[in-house]
Parts: sequence; C-alpha cells; structure tokens
Amino acid sequence: MASVVDIAKGTAHAGRPIKVEVKRKVFPPVGDREAQLVLRDVAFEVAPRSFLVVTGPSGCGKSTLLNIIAGLDDDFEGQLDLGPAGDRLTYIFQSPRLLPWRTVEENIALALPEGDPRLARIPEMLARVGLAQAANAYPERLSLGMQRRAALARGFIVEPEILLMDEPFVSLDDPTAQSLRELLLELWHSQPTTVIFITHDRAEAIQLGTRILRLSPGQASVAQDAEVALSDAERRDRSAVLREQNRIFAAA
Amino acid sequence: MVGSLLTLVLLWHLLAVILQNKYLPTPVEVVDVLAREAGNGDLVKHIVATLMRVAAAFVISMLIGTAIGLALGLYRTADKFFDAWLILFLNLPALVTITLCYIWFGLSEAAAVTAVALNKIPNVAVNMREGARALSRDLAEMAVIYKFGWWRTLRHVTLPQLAPFFAASARSGLGLVWKIVLVVEAFGRSTGVGYRLNIAFQEFDVTTILAYALAFIIIVQIIEFTILQPLQAKVTAWRR
Ligand SMILES: Nc1ncnc2c1ncn2[C@@H]1O[C@H](COP(=O)(O)OP(=O)(O)O)[C@@H](O)[C@H]1O
Ligand SMILES: [Mg+2]
Repeated sequence: MASVVDIAKGTAHAGRPIKVEVKRKVFPPVGDREAQLVLRDVAFEVAPRSFLVVTGPSGCGKSTLLNIIAGLDDDFEGQLDLGPAGDRLTYIFQSPRLLPWRTVEENIALALPEGDPRLARIPEMLARVGLAQAANAYPERLSLGMQRRAALARGFIVEPEILLMDEPFVSLDDPTAQSLRELLLELWHSQPTTVIFITHDRAEAIQLGTRILRLSPGQASVAQDAEVALSDAERRDRSAVLREQNRIFAAA
Repeated sequence: MVGSLLTLVLLWHLLAVILQNKYLPTPVEVVDVLAREAGNGDLVKHIVATLMRVAAAFVISMLIGTAIGLALGLYRTADKFFDAWLILFLNLPALVTITLCYIWFGLSEAAAVTAVALNKIPNVAVNMREGARALSRDLAEMAVIYKFGWWRTLRHVTLPQLAPFFAASARSGLGLVWKIVLVVEAFGRSTGVGYRLNIAFQEFDVTTILAYALAFIIIVQIIEFTILQPLQAKVTAWRR
C-alpha cells in the first residue's frame, strides 16, 4: 500500500550505493582501561537493495561499526556517504528495545509520525509477523521470539531505504531463529531495501546474505569480501547452505 | 486487617476500663469527642487548614525536588558540585529548618510551607536523581533512530521511566510532609491539626489528642487508597 510517491522515491535511491569508510575508530580510555583501537581501515560499498552480512568473532567491532553507520556514533576518523537513503534508515538492535510501557501496536505506531498513511498498514504488518493476537499486549508479557517479531514489524513499517540489523536473532532456540530468518527474507522480498546485517553465526550469514564481509579479529579490518551464490530455494536447504558456507569460509 | 485492628481497639478499651486513668480514655470517649469537634465545625476547619498546607508543600517540593534531581542525574559536573549540599540538607533536622524559617521569614503561612518543603526537597531530589541516572541509553538510541523528536521522547520514553521514581517519591514524600506540617503548625500557626494538638497538650487533654490523631489517620488512609495506590498501580500496569 506504499504510495506512488514513495515507490518513485525508492527507485531513485535504488541507484546509489552506500559508501562506508572507517579509517580508525578508537574508544577513549575509561578508568583503568586503556584506549582501544577497534576498527582500522574498514571500507566498503553496499549496492542498493543488496543484503550484506558482516561477520566476525565476538568483540571484533561489529556493533561499533553499525552504530557508526547508523549515525549514533560520530566519533571516528573516516567518511560515511549514505546518500538520500540515509533519511530513511532503520536499525533493528540486538535486543528488541521495545518500550515496555507501550503495547506492541503502540510501539510500532510510534515509529511513524502522527497521521502518517503508513499507520494504516499496522494491522496487516502485525498479521504478517504473526502478532495479530498480541497487538494489545505489553512486550514483557511476550516471549523473546515474539518481541523480536515486533521489532521486525517496527523496522519494516517505516519502509526503510537502509535497514541495519545487529544480531537480531541471538539467544533464540534454533527453530524460532530459523522461522524468524524466513520471515525476514519474506519481508525483504516484498519490501526490497539495502540491508546490513551483523551476525557471528556463519550458517545464518550464508542463509541470509547476498554478500558476506568478514572482519578480522582485533583492530578489525575487512578480511574477506565474498558473494553468496545461492538461489532463494537453496537458502532453505540446509545442505546447500552448508556447502556454500564451507566454500566461502574455507579461507578463514 | 480489620480483625487485627478490632483486636487493638478491644485491648485499648479493656486497658482503659481496668486502669480508670483520666490520661487513658476509652475508645468510646474518643469517638464522642470526635463527634463533638465535628459538630462544632472545629474538626473540619483544622483538617482543611492542614490539608491545604500539605498540598502546597507537597506540590512545591515535588516540583523543585524533581527539577534538582533530574539536573543532578543528567549533568555530572552539577552532581559532583552539589552532592555535598544535598547531603547537608538531607541531614538537617526538621526542627532546625522550621525554627530558622520562622525566625527569618516571620510566623507566616509562607514560612510554614517553605519550612515543610525544604525538609522534603532533598529526598525527592535524591530519588529523582536515581531515576535520571537509570534512564536507558538503549531506548534513547531507539528514539533517535525512529525520529521521535523531543516531545515524543519525553512522553513515551523518558517520563515512563521516571514515573516509578516519581510515584515512590510522592508516596514516601506525603508521609513525611504530613508529619512535618503538624510540627510547623504546633510551632507557629493558629489553625490546623498540629495547632489543635498543641493546645490539647497544654491542657493535658489526651482524649482530644487521640480524637484528632484518629481523624488524621483516617484521612491519610483515604488519600492513600483512593489516590496514591491507584496512581501507582496505573504507572506500573505494564510490568509482568
Ligand atoms: N562504549 C564503549 N567504550 C569502550 N569500549 C567499547 C565500547 N563499546 C565497545 N567497546 C569495545 O569495543 C570492542 C568491540 O565491541 P563491539 O563492537 O560491541 O563488538 P561486537 O559487536 O563485534 O561483538 C570490544 O572490545 C568492546 O569492549
Ligand atoms: Mg555486538
């Protein structure tokens, strides 16, 4: 139900890659902890409407990188060029970050300005993520899996041009995480957008991404940049995913 | 709860009947005096005077205490500088603030309310400072990403996080304000429950003291159950 204007605007942005260049990101010393160089020469471009997965070991600086791209952290050396798409950027965090004192529906509505036409899409969106029954529930009464579905709904309702996701499916049991991955792919296919998705789970990276960027441990820089050669059908096939995973990460 | 209170009244009655001392009236005599004071209009007059002072001191101290607490919680330099002041005021005995206010500002209504508020402000400030310190950075970032703007952020993110601290300050605050208002009235006012208790004390009129104390407790409990508890339940309804 996106308006014609929105679609036209989307196509206009679709032509322009995102450029990220972090020369150095240093966290200043805190207490008795020394200053820490976290990112060094991390530079890449993301093609419009592609699904880039950034992986790397825990603590290598993935979240730090995403916070920089999101504009939450501007204390770094380097440049960021998101183009006009930067105005429609959404971030789905590692924890759902829903307002506990607002219902699921209110949480989603708050992502949009008052009187926005996209508000009318909320019931449909809730149904798509399987939360039609939970619209009026407070988030803390829901399971973590359901809270994450709500966070997905909130992210997609704004029809973002850029969608950042930071390990949005960690600490879920395997079937739940798997169903959320399938939901994400479904939403992404019906609402194509440029995704930067972070995970340390390699199988997840292969299953979701069209391209993988692997960061090296410690003073992270780009260690590997690979295209994923899987069809949509193959992404649902565990053995195909495993084969591709072995091929891509053989170098690691 | 009713049973345990009835037992207390019964014990009191038995004790009063056994001792037959004029400084320990029976519950029936106390209720008689209460009825008399209600009949001649004194009870209402004094209770209303006290309630007005409580309300004024409560509102003033909540407003100023909240402002100070939030400022200290959000700005580290201010917190470092004023922390010592706060500790000083927290430990200042109520009697000192009351006497000083009366001496400096005269035996006026303004001095009375100021004295009560000064006693309460540091508690509210400390409480709200905790609230401000506990504000979630995660949710603040979420509000930035989803372009909440200042008004939505205040209304949907910040205030709901502060509400439990505010409610706790209000409840504990009212308890404190009630008690201090009585002292202030006993010292330098010619209306109010505190004033009436002081007169009764000078006449060693225990029955009147107990009658007013009883009326007072009942009013406080009514406010607690009809306003404060429902309010607190409302701001914490979303909790599991
Ligand atoms: N606000 C901060 N202050 C200081 N150090 C930080 C801060 N945030 C993260 N770090 C450090 O930066 C490194 C990278 O953190 P992060 O980006 O969260 O890693 P990842 O998301 O890859 O697990 C870690 O060593 C972490 O301790
Ligand atoms: Mg992380």
